Amino acid sequence: MDTMQQTTQSISKPKLGPLATLLVGDKGGQKLIFALIAIAIIFPFCNLVFPQDSFFHISTYTLTLTGKYLCYALLALAVDLIWGYCGILSLGHGAFFALGGYAMGMYLMRQIGDRGVYGNPELPDFMVFLNWSELPWYWYGFDQFWFSMIMVLMAPGILAFVFGWLAFRSRVTGVYLSIITQALTYALMLAFFRNDMGFGGNNGLTDFKDILGFDLQSSGTRNVLFIASASALIIGYLISRFITRSKLGRVLVSIRDAESRTRFLGYRVEHYKLFVFVVSAMLAGVAGALYVPQVGIINPGEFTPINSIEIIIWVAVGGRGSLFGAVIGAIAVNYAKTYFTGAFAELWLFMLGGLFVLTTLYLPKGIVGLWQQIKQGDGKAAQLANVITAKFSNAFSKGA
Amino acid sequence: MKLLKTLLLCMVALNSVPSYASNGECETYLQSEIEAHQFNQDYQSTFEQQVCRLVDADYAEKEILINGIAKSEDENALFVINALLNADLFYNKKNGDVVTRKELENGKYQAISVFTQQELGEFKKRDLRKIGINNSLRRVINGVVAELQISSSNPADREAAALELLKAADNSALPILEKALTKESDEDIATILQTARALVLLQSDDAIARMESIQFLNGSLYVETRNGLNAFLNRAKQDAGLYGKAEILEAEKSLEAINQLVKINGVMENVYFGIALGAVLLLAAIGLAITFGVMGVINMAHGEMIMLGAYTTFVIQQLMPNSIGMSLVVSIPAAFLVSGLVGVLIERTVIRHLYGRPLETLLATFGISLVLQQAVRSIFGPLNQDVQTPDWMAGTFSVNAGLELTFNRLYIIIFSLLVLAALAVVLKKTLFGLQMRAVTMNRPMASSMGIKTGWVDALTFGLGSGIAGIAGVALSQLTNVGPNLGQQYIIDSFMVVVFGGVGNLWGTLVGAMSLGVANKIFEPMAGAVLAKIIVLVAIILFIQKRPRGLFALKGRSVED
Repeated sequence: MDTMQQTTQSISKPKLGPLATLLVGDKGGQKLIFALIAIAIIFPFCNLVFPQDSFFHISTYTLTLTGKYLCYALLALAVDLIWGYCGILSLGHGAFFALGGYAMGMYLMRQIGDRGVYGNPELPDFMVFLNWSELPWYWYGFDQFWFSMIMVLMAPGILAFVFGWLAFRSRVTGVYLSIITQALTYALMLAFFRNDMGFGGNNGLTDFKDILGFDLQSSGTRNVLFIASASALIIGYLISRFITRSKLGRVLVSIRDAESRTRFLGYRVEHYKLFVFVVSAMLAGVAGALYVPQVGIINPGEFTPINSIEIIIWVAVGGRGSLFGAVIGAIAVNYAKTYFTGAFAELWLFMLGGLFVLTTLYLPKGIVGLWQQIKQGDGKAAQLANVITAKFSNAFSKGA
Repeated sequence: MKLLKTLLLCMVALNSVPSYASNGECETYLQSEIEAHQFNQDYQSTFEQQVCRLVDADYAEKEILINGIAKSEDENALFVINALLNADLFYNKKNGDVVTRKELENGKYQAISVFTQQELGEFKKRDLRKIGINNSLRRVINGVVAELQISSSNPADREAAALELLKAADNSALPILEKALTKESDEDIATILQTARALVLLQSDDAIARMESIQFLNGSLYVETRNGLNAFLNRAKQDAGLYGKAEILEAEKSLEAINQLVKINGVMENVYFGIALGAVLLLAAIGLAITFGVMGVINMAHGEMIMLGAYTTFVIQQLMPNSIGMSLVVSIPAAFLVSGLVGVLIERTVIRHLYGRPLETLLATFGISLVLQQAVRSIFGPLNQDVQTPDWMAGTFSVNAGLELTFNRLYIIIFSLLVLAALAVVLKKTLFGLQMRAVTMNRPMASSMGIKTGWVDALTFGLGSGIAGIAGVALSQLTNVGPNLGQQYIIDSFMVVVFGGVGNLWGTLVGAMSLGVANKIFEPMAGAVLAKIIVLVAIILFIQKRPRGLFALKGRSVED
């Protein structure tokens, strides 16, 4: 930690505060942060101030939907941190997201109190339904908000630590790691589907009433959750930026590019990997915790391997190895998903599949990379970009 | 009313002059019986006469008649008694003929003589009356049927009868058992009969016979044996003086030995299920062992190749609905071709550009898998398709009295091993296999030796995909065929390959079998889902210890 702080200090110019220094030279990041701050102010403002029939009014539905995208963006950021900067392709990051979500869900579940269908003050409805007589020990403490918030970080963090410690120590890398992360989320999915686990089984946790005493359905709470999501994304971005810009971040990149060589140079590769893996898991957990109160449900479906792979495609489309690219990718792909699953449900999987293939073949650096190529005026790249944008716009206009 | 009239007629006939005016069979038989009685008071009625008398007999008389029919040793006796038991035996109200009936398309019934099997003409439903029985008669008939079957010339009938006797072993069965045992030549059936006799003797008062029975029953795996011994011990517990100490000890010993055997049977059954599951995993993973193991391509669309194979089976069955068995045979090469061609296409258009970038390959093939799934869903609909199983796949075979195993699992095991063997031959003994291995080992060198590496890549990928298609044919016989079929197997397949070690068919075999057996061994202890989780966690831990699998390749090419 000492060395890290030293480097940041040596890089930072004396006039700027420590936060601002993070964004020096990161034009995309600056724009993104400004955009996020703007959204965090304008959206709730438009939602609360303007009347429903006004042109400027933003419906609570749109607000919540955007809030959901922001959570996805934070999740994509977490994945980009390990995949884009350290070369760890985790196909199980949805598991950390879901664990954070479950921790939040458990708190919300306890908040229901005796307002459930069965009116039991101690036990959530599904436990009464299963004839359980008392709360399982791992539910203790979740009636406290602070404890739940710690668990939002700790549950994914501890799992990531144990898993990462085992995996990185024995040098499980590349596709092997990808496959066992996939097995991890698959195993968790099977486990959470069981009623005996005490997490609501198939139905998961739902029917939430309020958070910290505020009604979850009211637009005021929705606005606060939206602002919280935007803030979490900004903070997550700054943390990621801090890590990637530090000396530690450069070691991570060198691990990504030549792991053996970095090890031979004397770095304890597994420690670096473990650190960034745990941070990433915690970010994913926070994203899940903010996601659950906005969508109102968390169930084992979040653990399905396909969900985790979808996160990868957000990052790949946005631009692997570029933090704001991941954010853009998550929002763009999810917007397209909402649009196409609504308008042409049949087409969406074709599109998503095609997106996977096209991005990996033609856009190794995603939208961000494409943009840079166009700006640099590389003739060939620009040509290619034109072809692809033509293809995309074709597909979109056909859809419209 | 008619019945009464017939009865009266018979009574009258008994004392009156014989008349041959009527053409009913039974009237003739009964007439001759009456005549015979007139000359000989001890006259034994024939089979036909007794059957005919069933029509007018009350239940007590029927019991006598049934026993008489059974003793008559007529070849039709079993048929008649079975018909009676199944409420299939009727009589003609007009002339008292005993018949079975067959429903005709015009709503009438064809009467068939039970003696000659000749058709006696069409009748309305109400012209043919059922010959009724009650529960106590049913019991009599059951015993009689067993007795008749036990002397049947067909071994399968005799075995069924012996098992029936085993179920209802009591004192009354003893003479039948003794008689049957003297005649029985088939060893298996004789064992069943002896077991039944021992169970009967277990309840006797003869201490020596009991002791012998207990000793005989040691190791017998029939459920009835265990029940009999338990009942014996219970009786001994209730009445301390009833049996000797030595007997009780011996009985306990026998029971324990039997329980031990049952436990072993249970384990064997689980192992069999496990090997069958392993065979399924093997089939699903062999193709992956080629694309992933040999070529190093992470093919996430592998599951969809399996699905395509299963759908090919479905389509071919639709094309030839009359010969399900044949369609399955045709499906194997067809599925290989379909999945193989799709594989070659994928390799040429996408994967070719991504060699050396495994993570990108993973993503691109995942995209392809989504497209293939949605394509199948659009063409065939989202619901599962009904793929039929040929008759020869159904049924069971028994290893011993307590262990019955299903045929379809056996076929899958054999089939998977055949596919593995065929693949090993292709890899080791053909020119294509040689070129394939050469390209994997050293691409530039192989290329400079004149091997068209691009084509070898495409064909190798096609081979792996084609084998996945064959796996789909097998899986279509076991599980539902739907667009998500492949997804269920993709993670398991990867686990098998990673566990067994990459690039090694032997490792794939061992990996698949050990995962299958481990799954089924844990299942009775922890439940199906938990068993799967345990196995997954075990693999995750195993990979920590041996990151490159059970049978890792050694040498310079391993480290990249």
